[in-house]
Amino acid sequence: MAASLPTRVTGSVETRAAATARVASVRGLTRVFGDRTVIDGLDIDIERGEFVALLGRSGSGKSTLLRALAGLDRDATGNLTVDGTVAVAFQEPRLLPWKRVIDNVALGLDRPRAEARQALEEVGLGGLATAWPLTLSGGEAQRASLARALVREPDLLLLDEPFSALDALTRITMHRLVLDLWTRHGRKEEDAAGRGGLSVLLVTHDVDEALRLADRVLVLGEGRIAYETRVDAPRPRSAGDLIGLRTDLLEQLGVNEEDR
Amino acid sequence: MSSPALDLGQAHRAARRRARVPRAPGLPRLISPIVLVLLWQAAGSSGLLPEHLIAAPVKIARTAVDLTEAGTLPDAIIVSLQRVAVGFLIGAVAGVALALAAGLSRLGENAIDPPMQMLRALPFYGLIPLFILWFGIGETPKIALVALGVAFPLYLNTYAGIRAVDGRLVEAGRVLRLGRTALIRHVILPAALPQALVGLRQSLGIAWLALIVAEQVNADAGLGWMINDAREFMRTDVIVVGLVVYSVLGLLTDALVRLIERRALVWRQAFQPA
Ligand SMILES: Nc1ncnc2c1ncn2[C@@H]1O[C@H](COP(=O)(O)OP(=O)(O)O)[C@@H](O)[C@H]1O
Ligand SMILES: [Mg+2]
Repeated sequence: MAASLPTRVTGSVETRAAATARVASVRGLTRVFGDRTVIDGLDIDIERGEFVALLGRSGSGKSTLLRALAGLDRDATGNLTVDGTVAVAFQEPRLLPWKRVIDNVALGLDRPRAEARQALEEVGLGGLATAWPLTLSGGEAQRASLARALVREPDLLLLDEPFSALDALTRITMHRLVLDLWTRHGRKEEDAAGRGGLSVLLVTHDVDEALRLADRVLVLGEGRIAYETRVDAPRPRSAGDLIGLRTDLLEQLGVNEEDR
Repeated sequence: MSSPALDLGQAHRAARRRARVPRAPGLPRLISPIVLVLLWQAAGSSGLLPEHLIAAPVKIARTAVDLTEAGTLPDAIIVSLQRVAVGFLIGAVAGVALALAAGLSRLGENAIDPPMQMLRALPFYGLIPLFILWFGIGETPKIALVALGVAFPLYLNTYAGIRAVDGRLVEAGRVLRLGRTALIRHVILPAALPQALVGLRQSLGIAWLALIVAEQVNADAGLGWMINDAREFMRTDVIVVGLVVYSVLGLLTDALVRLIERRALVWRQAFQPA
């Protein structure tokens, strides 16, 4: 089920074999605001089951790219194919304040609420199912937002700096949670459908976060993927494993030796 | 915040505490009104304040009882309440329907909002002569005036509420694959509700004012008629009873809206600090 998103596609949409290895494939994506070209002929492929981190300085177009992938940007041009369903967790949790946590998670599902409850259990919020969103802490709200995305069993999970507003301790917990969920949902999908499972594209401006979590780290610069590296160290990773990569990435982001 | 039940408990307690704040000082705040009423009574009893200007409190209270027993007051209240209820219903349906049409579609916005924004500037009590020409002097012009007074605040607030919906929540709804109807039902309307309820409260206040004005003009029944009739006989006690009843009815409907607000916006009260 190749879902070509409501993007103005200039090229032709490829006909694809079923259960391809790629969950998303982007060619020549371009997005112009006024006379500024924020995304400039960008190419990305995301493999099934892959965890990709997208780094970039503030204003480099990370959210713009993500919105295009989520099918939220009708004015992006280029070739964009997503094979499967997409779910998004934004930087702000964007829970509907007038719906209890569980109803937020179940929103738009025609399946029973039992699944929403289970998703909440998964992110450790089982006890807060009937709480109002405005009473949640930042980390709790972000976990609820994650549950809301995951309950849809997406093929591709887009995360737009979901941890940047959290305190350092909560962020560490959230990292572990996301890796956990990714592993679990990956395996389940693989057994059932015989394909790679959940892919994650995590947008972040935090190099260490990217290195700790991702299989592959991309750096967005000048509207394209300016740099790309694999991270092969086994998880859980410690900062020590990654010093070389960290230096490379910081360099790519234009952070000088003296700044560090 | 370990269990949801506890959260709710806190929220309810917070709501109760807030509601009590203005009344909490209690007795000290009651002293000056009581003293004023006593002074008023004294001035009346001593003849300092003649009854053709204003009756004394005791006399007014006695008149209220008499009017109630004779059935005059209940009848008048029922007639006036009916006028407000019918006028309110018509105005509310019209105001909300127009706001939905204008708020939810570009075409509706262009067609409805400009004339509504122009009409709101109209001093609508000034329409009474026209209404009398159009509708005669029966029930219709009174109900029409109430309906008109109700429609505008409801329209303006509901429309503004819909327009002010957080685009990020709408976007979240889209990502969750909500269709247009579901988006309106789950995101847009609930988001607009607080502002719409502000409109409801304003419109009920205006409904009573419009009724009072309309009933002064020409009435053969209702509270306004009772007051006008009393003026002919210089019955200041009856006039004051009428005024008190108007304000009590206004306070009651206001309390009703506050109750609705508290019910409908629990999610917001949970947030306000205790
Ligand atoms: N709707 C918009 N209209 C005009 N400019 C925009 C809009 N959205 C984003 N931009 C611009 O595009 C650039 C990239 O934005 P964004 O993708 O949000 O950056 P990032 O997420 O990497 O911080 C910024 O300069 C921003 O000002
Ligand atoms: Mg961003």
